[in-house]
Amino acid sequence: MRVTVKLYATLSDYLPPGSKNNRVEVEVVECAAVDAVLRPFSLPPKLTHLVLVNGVFIPPEERASTCLNDGDVLAVWPPIAGG
Amino acid sequence: MGWNRKVLRVNLTAGTCTPEPLNMAWANDYLGSRGLASKYLVEEIDPMVDPLSPENKMIMSTGPLTGTMASTGGRYTVVTKGALTNAIACSNSGGYFGAEMKFAGWDMIIFEGKSPKPVYLYLENDKPELRDAAHLWGKTCWQTEETIKASHQDPLIRVSSIGAAGENAVLFACIVNDLHRAAGRSGVGAVMGSKNLKAVAIRGTKGVSGIKDFPAFLAAANAGKKVLADNAVTGQGLPKYGTQVLMNVINEMGALPTRNHRDVQFEEAGKISAEAMHERRPTDGRTHLVTNNACFGCTIACGRISRIDETHFSVKNSPKYWGAHGGLEYEAAWALGAANGVGDLEALQYANLLCNEHGMDPISFGATVGAAMELYDLGILSKEQIGVDAQFGSAEALCKLVEMTAHGEGFGVELGQGSARMCAKYGRPDLSMSVKSQEFPAYDSRGIQGMGLTYATSNRGACHLRSYTVASEVLGIPVKTDPLTTDGKPELVKAFQDATSVFDAAGICIFTSFAWTLADVQPQIQAACEGDWSMEKLNEVGERIWNMERQFNLAAGFTARDDDLPPRLKTEPAKTGPAKGLVNGIDKMKPEYYKIRGWNTEGVPEKATLDRLGL
Repeated sequence: MRVTVKLYATLSDYLPPGSKNNRVEVEVVECAAVDAVLRPFSLPPKLTHLVLVNGVFIPPEERASTCLNDGDVLAVWPPIAGG
Repeated sequence: MGWNRKVLRVNLTAGTCTPEPLNMAWANDYLGSRGLASKYLVEEIDPMVDPLSPENKMIMSTGPLTGTMASTGGRYTVVTKGALTNAIACSNSGGYFGAEMKFAGWDMIIFEGKSPKPVYLYLENDKPELRDAAHLWGKTCWQTEETIKASHQDPLIRVSSIGAAGENAVLFACIVNDLHRAAGRSGVGAVMGSKNLKAVAIRGTKGVSGIKDFPAFLAAANAGKKVLADNAVTGQGLPKYGTQVLMNVINEMGALPTRNHRDVQFEEAGKISAEAMHERRPTDGRTHLVTNNACFGCTIACGRISRIDETHFSVKNSPKYWGAHGGLEYEAAWALGAANGVGDLEALQYANLLCNEHGMDPISFGATVGAAMELYDLGILSKEQIGVDAQFGSAEALCKLVEMTAHGEGFGVELGQGSARMCAKYGRPDLSMSVKSQEFPAYDSRGIQGMGLTYATSNRGACHLRSYTVASEVLGIPVKTDPLTTDGKPELVKAFQDATSVFDAAGICIFTSFAWTLADVQPQIQAACEGDWSMEKLNEVGERIWNMERQFNLAAGFTARDDDLPPRLKTEPAKTGPAKGLVNGIDKMKPEYYKIRGWNTEGVPEKATLDRLGL
């Protein structure tokens, strides 16, 4: 199945070269977990802060067990804020 | 002692400038800046006063940490009865102006009355002087600052001024200092203009003296700076990406108000995001962002300095805009962009430049354009009435309307009244996305429930800076809460409101609260100021400030009915994203909030609450 991974702010450096609009589509196994999908990107753990699946926050303790579905959007930010 | 213990009272009607001692009993109860200036205001004006009449007063105020070595200690506030809202207004700005006021030896300046002709206040240390401003009237904020510095032959003068918007009573006119910082919200610039006060120019050379325990203060300030530097948000994220890094986050969460809140996600959010500002343009190979920027004493440096594309239609014949200027920040980018469906980054920067140049709040301006575009879309307003083809998404319309509003031309006069008055005039008050006539900032409360209560109960009308529950509901600061539920939000909103009041009163930037708690601020206040400034006392000061502001608004005629959201947010569910199907639960949260506040069911503070707070 395919999911979209979006990496923002400083994490955009971890996208494959040539990626546009902060996103890349990846082929993953059925019911791949969030952590497993992110592993190939080698994101620094401290910067893997805000993790959303289809816009919904996934707490750190649930990232190893939360399965993705075909077409899901997994978006990750380092610690950021604004206002 | 933190404070200079000195107030300058400027009677514009009489043309007099009179120093007086700061009321230290009030300073002990309200700390400074937002709190202390609001205390002066509520004691000195009739809450029912017309904001644009001579009987209204306008106070520029610093806090005890303003001008000190505390990080971000450059803030000052403008406190008055707001022209846009008819509620108590406190608008907060960074830059260097606030610190300069402190260096000149003053804590606050109270302006009262109305000058018979345009004037500006020139304040060089102890010497205040009201000067003729006939030659400045009609000039932009940028020209005013340049002209004053040149005429006094002193480039180090710090200037706060109004532009054409403030002169022409645009109800969301702001006061601009240091070219691109502003006391932005609630129409404080319109109040200043109504007094024929064009500018305040200050040169202070005294520095800040009288810190109560300087070694302890230095240690506390340095400890605070280390916390900011070591924190990933304040030490890395904000300096590199600025506030606009939120654009993609809030959009992804389905909480980015789009096309006057018809939608909660903007398909072109990526084009107007912080990440887009780092990308090289195909036209000139440059990035939009030039550098980051810091206000006085700030060790975060979240400000953006950008360069517009010289080939863009908005500026190709206007070289004066081609240099590096302030912006874009998140709120402005949202209000000028997503709120109108405009995904043209350069057009947003142009509109933002004109807001800075002519002194307008880009949030209220942009959101009012969004409302006008909806009226146009519904056929209530025509192209002939507006003067442009004002379709959602039209960058050309946005650029034309900002010029018309700044210069008071055509339909721009109606836009300058804000969305509440404009929508009421055309029979659709429900289309104004505002509370107490002040337009929402950049968070849709269907996707971030706590922000609905924040907006509804904000003492200065819809505002994110009175209780930024986004920090908790979205960013996990200090703890993550679920943005889609109302559970626990009344307690959260109250806690944010009270703590924010203290940060504002101290004279520091609320952005420090992404890394600091009140426990990081307390040692700095304790070391700087005479008296006991325990955590318990600071919490009480925050609550006292909030209730004092509330009392003013009640006396000004506001009731519980005004603590509400537009019907769209209560009856039209979000169409997409995680909040799909949800409306805001304000009717559930509000009674709980009143109870927690110690207010009755009509939102009036109970006697026991007032007695406890000494009000």
